[in-house]
Amino acid sequence: MNPLERYAPLIDDYDAFLAACERPLPSVVRVNTIKADPGRARRALDAEGIDYEPVDWHDHLLRLPDGSPGTNWPYFHGWLHGQEEVSAVPALAVDPQPGEQIWDSCAAPGSKTTQLSALMDDRGLVVGNDNNLGRLSSLRHNAERLGVTNLVVTNQDGRNFSLNPFDFDEFDRAIVDAPCSCEGTIRKNPTTLEEWTLEHVHSVAAVQKGILSRAVQATKPGGIVVYSTCTFAPEENEAVVDHVLDTEDCEVVAFDPPLDSVSGVTEWEGDSYDPRVTDTHRIYPHLNDTGGFYCAKLAVTA
Amino acid sequence: MSDKRTNVGQQFDRLPATDGDRTVEGRASRAAVVDFFAERFGIDPAVFENFSFWEKGKGKIWIFAADAPSPIRVEGLGMTVLRTRQEHWKPTQSAIQRFGRHASRNIIELDGEAAATFVRGEDQEYDWDGDWGYLIAAHEIGGGTEGRPPRDGTAVEQGECEPIGVGLYVYGELRSTVPKGNREELSPP
Repeated sequence: MNPLERYAPLIDDYDAFLAACERPLPSVVRVNTIKADPGRARRALDAEGIDYEPVDWHDHLLRLPDGSPGTNWPYFHGWLHGQEEVSAVPALAVDPQPGEQIWDSCAAPGSKTTQLSALMDDRGLVVGNDNNLGRLSSLRHNAERLGVTNLVVTNQDGRNFSLNPFDFDEFDRAIVDAPCSCEGTIRKNPTTLEEWTLEHVHSVAAVQKGILSRAVQATKPGGIVVYSTCTFAPEENEAVVDHVLDTEDCEVVAFDPPLDSVSGVTEWEGDSYDPRVTDTHRIYPHLNDTGGFYCAKLAVTA
Repeated sequence: MSDKRTNVGQQFDRLPATDGDRTVEGRASRAAVVDFFAERFGIDPAVFENFSFWEKGKGKIWIFAADAPSPIRVEGLGMTVLRTRQEHWKPTQSAIQRFGRHASRNIIELDGEAAATFVRGEDQEYDWDGDWGYLIAAHEIGGGTEGRPPRDGTAVEQGECEPIGVGLYVYGELRSTVPKGNREELSPP
């Protein structure tokens, strides 16, 4: 059985959803504004005769219809970075400000992390953590290539992250772009569902709850915590937000994502979730012709 | 005998302000690092005003946009910028791509073919009557300097060219030091 069939009751136009999941995804690059502005990057692509289409909701993103996004001059200069369109949403929801201290709990390979740095004009501090030492080298490599100087890389379990190395004890904002069952990446990785099991969904959801709880605890009152996954399973999305609303000092912040989305669900397979999760967002592939995504914005209350 | 401590490879230590403040044998000072970029490439020390410098691993210097307690045991702190503890200090490609646009000397401006050769990691014969040693390889791209981010202090951007990476000029030859993993087969722009 196709695991996506579980979601038919949640999705208005399920056929359009399935059809979108079967189409390959175009390559998208983000202009790294630490090194060049979008106009300059486009001029360099023009000069090289490389086709691109602007992404209408964000002028830092360009779709490259042909070929590999990594083989051109502006990429070599670190002006461009491959990043799926929809994955640019959570860092925009974090809305980090230059000079702030930000925690990225699951940072590798770093496309969102380096986007946070760029949004901060590379000032202040981004702590990019990942529990997987192997994946940290790709984070380091990408940050270096993009000229990021405000990143501290750490290798801890996000669930009990310690701020001991630092001379401050809470962050201004945090992002938990959690490890997940990745159902929404089916357009990029057509085999991603072959190893899908409900047991894995439940075990990864437990990890997600632990990391998101720690993010709320490690962020100062009034600070923002953004939670995102690239999966559709409510167990890994609304249920995780429901859990921290119940156990930690936080509330859901309504926000208007730049892409079409639908509200988080409050009922799923016999469970019901805190009604505030309707202010979180599900982005299905057929809504904007992107990958699938979930994003919630929380404010820390105490 | 020196009473100075030796470098500890597993942690980041902030560089001492000057050579006189040094407590670890052989460690470069912040002043020496900033002087290196000023003397070798004409980069205004003001460019580095809001950054701290650190050593982790023997001779590897990192540049960090903020400050932190020293020493600090983390996996990365900013970006690698310079290799010291060797006769000729060598800037990193990432440092040159980020800060080399503030340089005013020891820049080799490559035309399309030569730039493509350089990023393939290949050495090439090149006429250059300036200093030997580590140089900035640069080329024109993106229509001049418009659209460069206005940051990194008050220094005026001096070059029309965009830095590609670090070249080593010796015996009439420009050697590419583009790291193996970064080499690319690109058409002349």
